[in-house]
Amino acid sequence: MYKYDQIDQQIVNERVAQYRDQTRRYLAGELSEEEFRPLRLQNGLYIQRHAPMFRIAVPYGMLSSKQLHKLADLANKYDKDYGHFSTRQNLQLNWPKLEDVPEMLAELATVEMHAIQTSGNCIRNITTDQFAGIAPDEVIDPRAMAEIMRQWSTFHPEFALLPRKFKIAVSGTKQDRAIVQAHDIGMEFYTDSAGKLAIKVWVGGGLGRTPILGSVIREHLEWQHALTYCEAIIRVYNLHGRRDNAYKARIKILVKALGIEEFKNQVEAEWAHIKDAPNTITEAELERVGKHFEAMPYENITANDAGFDASVASNPAFAAWVKRCVHAHKQTGYRAVTLSLKPHGKAPGDATSAQMHTVADLAAQYSFGELRVSHEQNLILADVKLSDLFAVWEKARTAGLATPNIGLLTDIICCPGGDFCSLANAKSIPIAEAIQMQFDNLDYLHDIGDIELNISGCMNACGHHHVGHIGILGVDKDGSEWYQVSIGGKQGNDASIGAVIGPSFSAEEMPGVVQKLIDVYVKERTPEERFIDTVRRLGVTPFKTYVYAKEVVSA
Amino acid sequence: MSNLIQLNNNTAQIAENAWVTAQLPASNVEERKQAGKVVLFKLTGEETITDTQIADTVIPASGKVIVPLSVFIARKELLLSRITNGEIGVWLDTHELLADLVSCQPDLNALPIIAVHLERFADGRIFSLSTLLRTRYGFKNELRAIGDVLRDQLFFLKRSGFSSFLLRADRSATEALASLSDFTVPYQGAVDEPRPVFTRYNRPI
Repeated sequence: MYKYDQIDQQIVNERVAQYRDQTRRYLAGELSEEEFRPLRLQNGLYIQRHAPMFRIAVPYGMLSSKQLHKLADLANKYDKDYGHFSTRQNLQLNWPKLEDVPEMLAELATVEMHAIQTSGNCIRNITTDQFAGIAPDEVIDPRAMAEIMRQWSTFHPEFALLPRKFKIAVSGTKQDRAIVQAHDIGMEFYTDSAGKLAIKVWVGGGLGRTPILGSVIREHLEWQHALTYCEAIIRVYNLHGRRDNAYKARIKILVKALGIEEFKNQVEAEWAHIKDAPNTITEAELERVGKHFEAMPYENITANDAGFDASVASNPAFAAWVKRCVHAHKQTGYRAVTLSLKPHGKAPGDATSAQMHTVADLAAQYSFGELRVSHEQNLILADVKLSDLFAVWEKARTAGLATPNIGLLTDIICCPGGDFCSLANAKSIPIAEAIQMQFDNLDYLHDIGDIELNISGCMNACGHHHVGHIGILGVDKDGSEWYQVSIGGKQGNDASIGAVIGPSFSAEEMPGVVQKLIDVYVKERTPEERFIDTVRRLGVTPFKTYVYAKEVVSA
Repeated sequence: MSNLIQLNNNTAQIAENAWVTAQLPASNVEERKQAGKVVLFKLTGEETITDTQIADTVIPASGKVIVPLSVFIARKELLLSRITNGEIGVWLDTHELLADLVSCQPDLNALPIIAVHLERFADGRIFSLSTLLRTRYGFKNELRAIGDVLRDQLFFLKRSGFSSFLLRADRSATEALASLSDFTVPYQGAVDEPRPVFTRYNRPI
């Protein structure tokens, strides 16, 4: 992974000093609430329901063992001994003190970490596929470009105060796992007909209260121009994006208002002026950064391992875990492992300090000292030998990290919700927990098969409910909490936005509602169909009819 | 004590303000509101200035004056000799269009100073406006940030091409000086240093 040089380290150190002084001036009354707000937000510090929430950047989801140990220590020392991995691959601490944050940043800086631009109206953490670099279907490892873009976007002076937050995702695989179409800018890397690295650029996607999938603004962009092309897009947005209404300020609203053709014309006109400006990426820079992401020193091993095969054959629990939590790998004899942060009945994405230490140790012992955070809020060991899988499983299971539910109904994506977040209309974690308990039967879960259930506590959509096969949105009706259900959303190349099935439900009704949706699927499915396929074939109506008809009968 | 910071050969210092800023008289048009709240910022290109305001704007009869863009456009003929004498600058709001300035005054460098006024410090359009003034329109003279100018934005303003900063009246420019050097080696190319870090330094792995 990327290692800081003196320049990177100096920037992060200077940021600590800058923020330390800003906090001091705020506490001394020299900065007003309003003036301090964008400063603290651009350092990941929200003021939440119970305490501030502090979001630490995990650039494109990559962590080292050393860094995860540090995060565990911070959660222990400054928080309640746990952290929450977010859908943007970052780590959130829910209980730090505002006064402690400068010191926390100083500690983070010692392991090449920071909280720069993890919130606020600026370019946020750039996200990508959690299997970058090792996925068999990968065309290009996007991490070098993601790092180049991270550096470019860090304190970019022109884009320091945009109309609204700005999220970029990059992907280099045939099967998109980074939801590039749901980002302000999505970059899909591919090899063009001349054999050169090229980018398909999407713009104007986003979830939030107005979910829109992005439009293609450029089918083919040479990689050298990634930064200047983004500058052209964001300059048009910075000047013309709405600032009069925060709910209409994302770039998607501007793109929709102008139409993609007119927006594209403006961007291309702007880009014509800056196309070969000094921010054009050089071969040397791509090569330099790329060196940080070279393949691990893999052992030359065979495709099969007798011990592994024997364990799978003799141990059904291990076999179930292998089926759901172990993933294919480019390198012969290696696998990627997902450590589930979705044990039934616990807040999705939460990890205790002890669990973080365990994962850091597992990464150090079995996966070259590195790991990744997925946007589905799990942790990934990317490079594990077949012969080590059983040992990893045993240790993970002891630490509560081996629930074999990856990609199943209980692998729920969930925002912190009304328990923590001051924006939320409704709680989301108790809903996730109740659904997990409703389906707390692994055989049944495996029978239901691949499905994605996403929960957001408000229309800001941190839980990505629009692209869940089943999406649940917390809404406020006259001061009480209700839940709106949609089905048919999907991430990936054939992404779609879910359709709302009807009036919302109370919290108590939610496990039953999900049960009914699953019942319809199980009854109607063909042998090959996943839940999403059945919804796409039949449409919303049979699901809706069954869910609401039952209500009338039982009433 | 002056509240103006000026950059001279990249050295920042407190300087006396040689320019008077002509203000538009208050408008009697009500501020737009949504749900009882004043809207956050005016939209780019929004017409918010009335003919009466333009006509009633007082421009001191002598000395160096920065006049509002709308007044400059409407009353330029009367200011020609003073423009020639280098006594007239122009200021614009962040929602006003550079195209309007450039079509009225194709030779921007005939103006000794252009100022951009921040109604609220969090309005990041100012950074694109100054970037375009410097890189697209080739403006070489003093470029000044005025209005709700606070020290925590100075670094970005400097990098975006501003050469002077009139701090908000209730803040100390002397204390603000330090913020101009918050970061020693920025990553990306911008107006003040067009080369990104990867072409400025040899960064061996």
